[in-house]
Amino acid sequence: MKITQGQFSFLPDLTDAEIKLQVQYALNNGWAVALEFTNDPHPRNSYWAMWGHPMFDLADPAGVMMELDACRKAHADCYIRLLAFDNVKGWESIRMSFIVNRPAQEFGFELIRQEGEGRQIHYTLRSVTTAAIAARQF
Amino acid sequence: MSEMITAPEEMLIDLEEMYQHSCIGETIAALDRDMVGLVPVKTRIREIAALLLVEAARRKLGLQAEPPSLHMSFTGNPGTGKTSVGQRIADMLHRLGYIRRNHVVVVTRDDLVGQYIGHTAPKTKEILKKAMGGVLFIDEAYYLYRPENERDYGQEAIEILLQVMEDKRDDLVVVLAGYKDRMDTFFSSNPGMASRVAHHIDFPDYNAGELFEIAGLMLQKMHYHLASEAELALRDYIALRMQQPRFSNARSIRNALDRARLRQANRLFSQRATKIDRHDVSLITESDIRASRVFQA
Ligand SMILES: Nc1ncnc2c1ncn2[C@@H]1O[C@H](COP(=O)(O)OP(=O)(O)OP(=O)(O)O)[C@@H](O)[C@H]1O
Ligand SMILES: [Mg+2]
Repeated sequence: MKITQGQFSFLPDLTDAEIKLQVQYALNNGWAVALEFTNDPHPRNSYWAMWGHPMFDLADPAGVMMELDACRKAHADCYIRLLAFDNVKGWESIRMSFIVNRPAQEFGFELIRQEGEGRQIHYTLRSVTTAAIAARQF
Repeated sequence: MSEMITAPEEMLIDLEEMYQHSCIGETIAALDRDMVGLVPVKTRIREIAALLLVEAARRKLGLQAEPPSLHMSFTGNPGTGKTSVGQRIADMLHRLGYIRRNHVVVVTRDDLVGQYIGHTAPKTKEILKKAMGGVLFIDEAYYLYRPENERDYGQEAIEILLQVMEDKRDDLVVVLAGYKDRMDTFFSSNPGMASRVAHHIDFPDYNAGELFEIAGLMLQKMHYHLASEAELALRDYIALRMQQPRFSNARSIRNALDRARLRQANRLFSQRATKIDRHDVSLITESDIRASRVFQA
């Protein structure tokens, strides 16, 4: 199951050359670029782990690509996203965000049913990978 | 009918046209005009420009080769123009399309090396990322290597640099600058670094005539001029200053001129009852120079 989220989610995955162009666009706007990774791609998961600090004051995308390569090497089996943060007063938030790496095999989500009061069923989604990791650890 | 495309084997290359198109002539002319002397430096820079131009021509003709390595070392005494030339090199490499951005990031040991375990790598990488696409100029590079302390974090910075200098040649040109003898020691104890630096450029000391010419250029840029007796005074000043300790070539000249400006301003201010014009405020007189401490020794 191919997970999509963020910008360009309706397009095929960006190539490195395309990622570079997007990074250049962010840098031209003075935005700080950051990388984050996770193995829980649930859309409500806002706690992705940071790969190093956000990168301020870069002139060229090569520096970002170097970090992306390193992050992919260390976390090939994770989702990695690239963010651009705008620190201009009033914005002070993320202006760009898109996926730049995904695991070779994507497990998607399982549906969990919870039987509540009066046998009412509540449904929720859980990432299969996080479930598997939890099972391995506990 | 579609346009005829000449096969690379038969294509003719107009080097002159490529040269004109790159506007590199302008950079070289500016270097000749703004930097006095430095003949060996200028020669080497012209050679590098020719290399890159021919490299571009070869690419057009379909002859692929690894881009040439352009990491350099600039050695010379204080104030011989290493930092200034570094700026111009970036401009030239940019015009020739060797680097993507016309920028120089100037750093010293403190910008690269951390204070505790685990601090150095992120620090060095941060600087590398900022410099990418352009030129990283490491001033007094030998401070990175402190053999007296075997656990010095400088070594870690050197190793990261070595790797990037090798793998990211397309993204970064590294210039190592410093005094000649210490640089030589640095290279002999870091063979990895020595082998990655393709161009060693030595900046000679200036002679008295060149220093005078440099002073003239600096004054011209600041819109001052010397009274004719002041010219002789300045020549005397230079001859004396060169013999004194802590002489640092063009920088000493710059400092001397700054002090002369200070004296000139005070002279004008003390006579403020009289009206002054454009000529008066741009004139440096003999006394502005002869009042220097250098003449009192
Ligand atoms: N050949 C020259 N012609 C004109 N000005 C020069 C020349 N060489 C140096 N200068 C001027 O002298 C000053 C010092 O030069 P610069 O900072 O480039 O020296 P440096 O070799 O980097 O010195 P240091 O080793 O102390 O860092 C600058 O203001 C520069 O413009
Ligand atoms: Mg310098």
